[in-house]
Amino acid sequence: MVELTINNLQVKAEEGMTILEAAKSVGISVPTLCHLKDLVPSGACRICSVEVEGMRGLIPSCAYPVSEGMQVETNSPRVRRARKTIVELLVEDHPQDCLICVRNKNCELQDLSAVYGLREHRYHGESKEHSVDLSSPSMERDPAKCILCGRCVRVCNEIQKIGAIDFANRGFQSIVTTPYNKGLSQSDCILCGQCILVCPTAALRENSSMKAVSTALQSKTKYTIVQIAPAVRATLGEEYQMPLGTDVTGKLVTGLRRLGFKKVFDTNFAADLTIWEEANELVNRVKEGGSLPMFTSCCPGWVKYIETKAPELLAHVSSCKSPHEMEGAVLKTYYAKKLGINPKDVYVVSIMPCTVKKFEASRAELSEHTMPDVDAVLTTRELVRFFEVAGIDFEDLNDDKFDDPLGESTGAAAIFGASGGVMEAALRMAYHTLTGEHLDNLELNAIRGAGGIKEATIPIGGLNLNVAVVNGIGNIGPILDEIKAGTSKYHFIEVMSCPGGCINGGGQPIHQKTDKVLQRMKVLYDIDKKSVKRRSYENESIKTLYKEFFIEQGSHRAHEILHTSYHERKI
Amino acid sequence: MHQYIFDNYTKNDKSSLIPIMQEVQSVYGYLPEKVMKEVSGYVGLPLSRIYGVATFYNMFRLAPLGENIIKVCRGTACHVKNSANLLFAIENTLGIKAGETTKDRKFTIELVNCIGACSIAPVITVNDDYHGRITTKDIPSIIKKYSGKQKAAGIEKAEEAGTV
Repeated sequence: MVELTINNLQVKAEEGMTILEAAKSVGISVPTLCHLKDLVPSGACRICSVEVEGMRGLIPSCAYPVSEGMQVETNSPRVRRARKTIVELLVEDHPQDCLICVRNKNCELQDLSAVYGLREHRYHGESKEHSVDLSSPSMERDPAKCILCGRCVRVCNEIQKIGAIDFANRGFQSIVTTPYNKGLSQSDCILCGQCILVCPTAALRENSSMKAVSTALQSKTKYTIVQIAPAVRATLGEEYQMPLGTDVTGKLVTGLRRLGFKKVFDTNFAADLTIWEEANELVNRVKEGGSLPMFTSCCPGWVKYIETKAPELLAHVSSCKSPHEMEGAVLKTYYAKKLGINPKDVYVVSIMPCTVKKFEASRAELSEHTMPDVDAVLTTRELVRFFEVAGIDFEDLNDDKFDDPLGESTGAAAIFGASGGVMEAALRMAYHTLTGEHLDNLELNAIRGAGGIKEATIPIGGLNLNVAVVNGIGNIGPILDEIKAGTSKYHFIEVMSCPGGCINGGGQPIHQKTDKVLQRMKVLYDIDKKSVKRRSYENESIKTLYKEFFIEQGSHRAHEILHTSYHERKI
Repeated sequence: MHQYIFDNYTKNDKSSLIPIMQEVQSVYGYLPEKVMKEVSGYVGLPLSRIYGVATFYNMFRLAPLGENIIKVCRGTACHVKNSANLLFAIENTLGIKAGETTKDRKFTIELVNCIGACSIAPVITVNDDYHGRITTKDIPSIIKKYSGKQKAAGIEKAEEAGTV
């Protein structure tokens, strides 16, 4: 422990702590821009500058360790002046278009400008001009709005370990960009959107589908159907200042009905359906000696990753479509027929916590007779904007229930949104398929939580099934190396690109709260816990679906409609 | 394909990036994208980082050089002697800006801060030849003089390897 003084307060801090952390521990807040918790400090933006007695210049508190007897001033006139100048310089080289910006009122630069009281333009000069990168169906990159804090670069490189973007050029020409400035679609970006979540401004944002959805809702010929991913219900309330971890399923259903959707269905239904097919695929691979370990295929970022980086291992990926694509496929075949409407008139919108899902929906393989399974994907954030413009006071909505039959789901489906959930749900089903018995211990704590790689061994019949959960694409490296070397002990591996799973997806509400992942996870585990039916094979609507349409798991028709194929992707 | 370059360096050693890039550039005269993808795999750094390094340092170039390199001195003495006008004339004659190469790859214009030949300012060099005390009127004839030269060695190599 060391003792230091911060703003005349005696502070005890652990050795190795930064001044920033020490200040925070006694309730002194210091502004930051380039700082990202748990990553090596970069000290690039200087907004966290503080005065330290005896030192010549101002010190970046995010990168400077505390020492015995240190005297720190975080709020002296000199510090405030310096910070204000930094903000002023950033603002002057930033488009002055807050009023029409998608991050208006949720922008760290805007907040700092307010805090430091900018009231006039004191600096005038050249400002950078860059075109917007619209090459990806998932995301837009607007370097003119970039303040070069480098948070996106570090998340992409250090956490996700993709490295799709980095700094290029020098000085005033500096830009965060893709290799050869070719655009995200020409890079190995997996479109996970983790960079959007850390971007302080609107330099990174989703490619919005609101206009397309709005047009479809106005159309007299379109039969609009919406489905909601498990993770959205656990986070949307945050946008309305509800406490972290509020389940808003009921309000969501009401809100979507008010927007004009003819049917409101639950992607959880298709999550159960995915489990029916995926567990069956796993059992077959284990019994008949197919490619093992088998990877889950729910996460389109992961699928894009393996298509780009390790196409030789594609046989290991489950051929199951992801849940919302399955739901779309069933809607455009079975359900359209049941309703007696032309599938071409069915317009399926998915509300997803995810940016890659937009890219996934545009994949040609994911269609029925050239009709895309899913017509448009809206992120959680876009849905909030939709509610706002439609004058829907979300907080005041009553709860409502999903439509039938694609609205029924079990607890196993709900946990899809948390890392480890797909694995747990699949094991509950596979256990039943292989032994004919119900798995008693439904909560596999070993594969819950925030670990990077979580593993467990489940005795099923005479077999010890080794499973792993990869929580965040940055942890996939060693797993792939083992498979390439032929030394992998696993039978089944779940991979989710975003750390924490879909509850922390790139389409989720943007705010920096450290404990949000576990609290959001809890919502989904609570839904599971409260469910009467917690195993996918107990879903009655799915039993009917097989009876009336698919006949059995892995049938020819199931393969045609619920499964897909992958291909090597060159950049 | 470029294993003979990589063989001198340990695989996945990030610190060998710049020496490898220098060697590649000495072979091709620039950094072909295809080769940089190989370098990325060998050094274990994403292509975005390599692009960042290539654009950070002035010594690296991403496009092949022209057969003839025109260096326009923008040092103090030349500036006083109106080298800005010379540059403007060269850019207009060739239809490209400083740092660029003509479409037929005959000429590249570069800026230098001082050639060390201030006594004959304003000065430009074309390849190894110095042209001093010139005015804008001299530009067309100087350019004409170099218009028929052979291709630079780096471009021939790049064409052979199919990296252009």
